[in-house]
Amino acid sequence: MLEKILVLLCLPSALAQHLCTPGASDGYKVRLSIKTALGDQAYVWNENEMFLFRATLAFAMRTHFNGQMYNVSNIVVCDETPRVSFWFVVTSPLDTSTLVDRKDVEEAVRKSRNRINSAFLLTDKTLEFIGIAPTLAAPVYPDPPPWLIVFGVVMGAVGAGIIILLVTSVLQKKRKKNEKSEGEDDEEDTRVKTVENGTASDGVYNMSFSDDERFTKM
Amino acid sequence: MKLVLPNPGLEDRIPSYEDLDRMEKEEAGDRPKWDNKAQYILTCVGFCIGIGNVWRFPYLCQSHGGGAFLIPYVILLVLEGMPLLLLEFAIGQRLRKGSVGVWRAISPYLTGVGVASMLVSLLIGLYYNTLIAWILWYLFNSFQSPLPWAQCPLNDNGTGFVPECQRSSAVDYYFYRVTLNSSASIVDSGGIHWPIVLCLLAAWTVMCVCYIRGIGTSGKAVYVTAILPYIVLAIFLIRGLTLKGALSGIKFLFTPDVDELMKPTTWLDAGAQVFYAFSLAWGGLISFSSYNPVHNNCMQDAVILSAITGLTSIYAATVTYTIIGFRATEKYDSCISDNIMTLLNAFELPEDSISTSNYDAAFNHLNSSSPDIILALDIKICDLQTLLSEGVEGTGLAFIVFTEAITQMPGSPAWSVLFFIMLLCLGISTLFGNIEGVVVPLKDLNMLPQKWPQEALTGVTCAVAFVISLLFAQHSGIYWVTLFDNFAGSVPLLTIGFFEMIAVVYIYGIDRFNEDLEFMVGYKPSIFWQVTWRFISPLIVLVILVFYLVTQVQEELTYLVWDPNSEEFPTLASVPYPSWINALIFLLAGVPSLAVPVYALCRLVFICSQSALIAATFNYIILYMRCQEATPVYSSTLMLVWCFWALTMHYKYSDGRCRATN
Repeated sequence: MLEKILVLLCLPSALAQHLCTPGASDGYKVRLSIKTALGDQAYVWNENEMFLFRATLAFAMRTHFNGQMYNVSNIVVCDETPRVSFWFVVTSPLDTSTLVDRKDVEEAVRKSRNRINSAFLLTDKTLEFIGIAPTLAAPVYPDPPPWLIVFGVVMGAVGAGIIILLVTSVLQKKRKKNEKSEGEDDEEDTRVKTVENGTASDGVYNMSFSDDERFTKM
Repeated sequence: MKLVLPNPGLEDRIPSYEDLDRMEKEEAGDRPKWDNKAQYILTCVGFCIGIGNVWRFPYLCQSHGGGAFLIPYVILLVLEGMPLLLLEFAIGQRLRKGSVGVWRAISPYLTGVGVASMLVSLLIGLYYNTLIAWILWYLFNSFQSPLPWAQCPLNDNGTGFVPECQRSSAVDYYFYRVTLNSSASIVDSGGIHWPIVLCLLAAWTVMCVCYIRGIGTSGKAVYVTAILPYIVLAIFLIRGLTLKGALSGIKFLFTPDVDELMKPTTWLDAGAQVFYAFSLAWGGLISFSSYNPVHNNCMQDAVILSAITGLTSIYAATVTYTIIGFRATEKYDSCISDNIMTLLNAFELPEDSISTSNYDAAFNHLNSSSPDIILALDIKICDLQTLLSEGVEGTGLAFIVFTEAITQMPGSPAWSVLFFIMLLCLGISTLFGNIEGVVVPLKDLNMLPQKWPQEALTGVTCAVAFVISLLFAQHSGIYWVTLFDNFAGSVPLLTIGFFEMIAVVYIYGIDRFNEDLEFMVGYKPSIFWQVTWRFISPLIVLVILVFYLVTQVQEELTYLVWDPNSEEFPTLASVPYPSWINALIFLLAGVPSLAVPVYALCRLVFICSQSALIAATFNYIILYMRCQEATPVYSSTLMLVWCFWALTMHYKYSDGRCRATN
């Protein structure tokens, strides 16, 4: 009796095992590169890790098909290699001899890819599902583009510089003009004095000395 | 040697020694002056040290035998660069005019040399400022993390990268597609790319503001633009030496290959590089030197400048190759890692069974045991030497190789900003000399009114140049830049340099030149200068020019295009130029080179005074009308009289005084 029960229990898994073959049409190959991702802190791949993988995948299937009760036993794994790569297929919870369609598995994995990755501390590149291309993170394009901001700053500074330089040179010219006209007036006065008082060859006749003479005479 | 061509009226055209001393004492005239000697030296250093020192010299050095290339470089620096440098300094300081004024003073027939210098400076300035615009674009885009050229953009469904980017690389895609949006040929103009227009506007406005009062403002700006590159190079050197693979880059650069010295192309390239490195024949050096006091020691300046240029070239090459070595090592390591991963995946081996140290052994073992699988895998060959020598010249170095290296350094935005600020300063300081070599001749030739203030002259020149340089903002702009670089900046400069030396030595007179130097500096130039000025330097320049022309004429005219549809993509495809390019090349290279003889010829043929011509013709008509019944003897005598009259007028006014504007 006990043997019959045992056989009955083992039969589904045995039946299911033959569904998983490398290159199965509804299966996917998984490859993990733990040492590349984690280096010194890499964990060893063992049965427990495999159990976690199957549980995570069951979680992904449940999330995608809301309502259907996927279990760890529905995820069948085969062809494990020392590389840490293996094939898996997903059996339907209602009928363990039929496999879930490839596309559905792909959808489920895509949806929960982030959760599966973080369960193993890996990334899209180090936990590969061969055939399921990861949706890449779009590069963030801030709006307005930063280069326009820098361009605006530079042009503003340069424009201010041009205006300041032009204004200072105009002011300088005005100042020079005023000084020049003042200087010309002084020159004219001295020139006039020279013509009136001194002889042509002797230069400027200094008025102040002649005044003193008159006083001292007194 | 007393070979001097006859040059009547020279004494009247140039200031005498008494005039110079008097001008010096009175500080008469409104000619601008340097505030101090440091400003002058920094401006000249900035002019000579340009972007070419960073992206042309290191490539030449590495491709022509590494350390051995320094031998022809230094020899030609001393024999070709230094004499021509001193010649330009001394003639500018003595005659106290810009490039057109100096040659016109030596002989009115030589004004063509000044005109050619101006044309060359204008053409070079147009495309050089386009390079500055590209540098500004990269600088503006460096203020973000991650840098925009670090990653390819995604395709529509988000599962992969844009195919053009996937097939080439992120930096290639960013330069050719995002920055330039380059079309596939020079014929295909494709419209204007507006980000480049904005950057061109920024570039020309920055130039305008720095040069707005002539050397008054540019002299202040050079304190930053000439010194900052050295500081940034030092920072990069320290950072570069701490990076992995830097020493392999330096070793690659300086490993001497003495066999290269036997090839003539090495010496030719060294000579051409010295010539361009010193920015000779642009006219800017003559202008700058003319603002000096008369008794400035220009001989010392020439030697100092030559030494600084040579040392800076080597310094910049070292820094460049530390970064190149780092990038090549990174690429090599990632190539090996990819190969290891491929092998591990194919043979399902555990991860640490193959490492970089036992890669070769493991590969050979696997290859011998299962060669067919290996063949199917398409393993790439990783060769460090190939990686070190790829794409390391010109725009490829700055915008592709360096930007890629910077993305792999921690803190990349800061390094990117530093690098492009350095390139910007190098370019702007060269453009100061360039714009000086354009504005001053335009004023001397009366194409711009004399009465305008310096601000208006600079503004107009920059505005017109901006409009013309929109040619380079097209989608095919990069091909136009390459065209200008190859043809406007090569043959004409060599031709003008050659004519300059002939003019000073054989038309101005080497004896008079020696006396001038004795007056200005205090002692006569030594036998080294005499020999180089008279024979060696002109000979070297002539040899380089002839070889250049011969090789250019023999080659088929092709250029490299970025064509995603070509078979060699992502390598640039080599396509022939269209047929109308010959006319354009003649305009770029032929017109400035031929300006010298053509101007002299025109002047010889034309009777310079139009009034003398009119008077002579009038005279002849009157004589003829009086002697209408004259026999052939009389009319031929009249003809002879007219010819004699015309020739007299020509020789009387051949010193150029007949032009009202002289």
